[in-house]
Amino acid sequence: MKDPTADPEKKAHTARAQGGRASGREKHMSSHHESMPGSMSACHSLAARLEKEGEVRVADCYQCGKCSAGCPAAEEMDVAPSQVLRLLQTETPKHEDRALRSLAIWMCVGCETCVTRCPQEVDLPRAMDFLRQESLARNLANRDASDVVAFHKAFIKSIEKTGRLFELGMIGDYKIRTGHFFKDLGVAPTMLFKGKLGLLPHGGANKREVAEIFARARAAKKESQA
Amino acid sequence: MKSGIQDLQVGYFPGCSLQGSSRDFAESLHLVAKALSIELCEVPEWNCCGASSGHMIDHLVSMALPINVLLKAQKAGLDRVMAPCASCYNRLATARHEIAHSPASKAQVEKVLQTTIGKLPRVLNVLELLAEVADRIGPKVTKKFEQTVACYYGCLLVRPAKVTGFDRTEEPVEMDKLVAAVGGKTIDWNFKTECCGASFSVSRTAVVGRLGAKIMNDAVGKKAEAIVVACPMCHSNLDLRRGEINQRLDVKTDIPVLFITQVIGLALGLSEKELGLGRHFVPVAFPAKPVAAATVS
Repeated sequence: MKDPTADPEKKAHTARAQGGRASGREKHMSSHHESMPGSMSACHSLAARLEKEGEVRVADCYQCGKCSAGCPAAEEMDVAPSQVLRLLQTETPKHEDRALRSLAIWMCVGCETCVTRCPQEVDLPRAMDFLRQESLARNLANRDASDVVAFHKAFIKSIEKTGRLFELGMIGDYKIRTGHFFKDLGVAPTMLFKGKLGLLPHGGANKREVAEIFARARAAKKESQA
Repeated sequence: MKSGIQDLQVGYFPGCSLQGSSRDFAESLHLVAKALSIELCEVPEWNCCGASSGHMIDHLVSMALPINVLLKAQKAGLDRVMAPCASCYNRLATARHEIAHSPASKAQVEKVLQTTIGKLPRVLNVLELLAEVADRIGPKVTKKFEQTVACYYGCLLVRPAKVTGFDRTEEPVEMDKLVAAVGGKTIDWNFKTECCGASFSVSRTAVVGRLGAKIMNDAVGKKAEAIVVACPMCHSNLDLRRGEINQRLDVKTDIPVLFITQVIGLALGLSEKELGLGRHFVPVAFPAKPVAAATVS
């Protein structure tokens, strides 16, 4: 497996991830430094934050590649799971940016195979969660993953509204976010006929309590960023 | 209720899927629990655990939601909570594990939930619960389940081991034992714990088709007559998405996918309709009925 830090020019993906803004290596770096002025001190690196906030030590990874070998989604990814960790190990803005813009972090399905098999027990799924959240916060999410992002957002929105997931409402929201209006119209009538698709949200949860949990979590995040 | 066997009471967290797309799992679970004298005590006013999407983009919310559920269970006097959905089970167990091992995370969640977190109820999956009462199953079997099946555990029942502490991570056997207890045969196969694509069912259906095809190919190649699961996502990806899967297989397959509770229910002589077998996309029949013919008629 190639070291991604030695060969960062996967042109197709990089160009797309940057929304066509920059195509070459120089431009990529300069555009990055505009958005994040000053050099990054080691304590603010993603690796350092991941260790502090998520208790995952990327330095423990010695690049054996077992995670990438067993990953069911690896073939959908632009950067293999072990390479994502490698990008964080260097603690350079350029490599971190590449990780945050990768398609890979969105194609991780959260199956936990990697951490289960990792000889160093590096919690890669937790690292992926952290990177996705950071990628959204910095508005760097890969555009090829917009449908995946839309699904997660619609899912969480549905919980915030009713306290429980309302499947039909969530799918409707997903369709509005993605414009995939005609997808799955084939299975919907059968689901309805078989009693697998509820037409109304479920009561039973304490809606106000759940809404407050979301509000306080948002406030806590703002506070930690300030 | 007043049989010789004492009722086993256990906390119960149904989760959202069991109210919607996996109603058949809920229906069969309740019938089997009743037959085996298990009383499922539903967690009052439970909320969604955040499941597959919560942790993907919002860690704090993905901790606070399941811990809120466990606190409600604790308040209701429940010392154990069984979550039939593998994803719910995993999220509840993961959050509980993180709270126990990370004081920083615990403090954050306490702030969001505005409470102090004490000892939380233990989290069980459906296989663990059924294994506990396995000795009650045998004597109640009225109609042996004489099929050869592939027990498919998927990801989240067994992984990661330090969180779930359940069964063997790469080669689990608890479901196989339950099937054997009702007279079934299980195959030795390679995809017991491979991923089906889980929540990509909607946003990346092709991925689910590709992964599902590998799973079905191995099971059918080793002469399984059905797949048995204990997870709503495994079920819907292999059943509802069978069209996507069959597009990627050289020889299309019509073998049904059953929940473990449906398999046990059938052996206990419970009604197919009440066990929710009619809700499947791939008809439950042995030998398998061609899907296309069944849909047309």
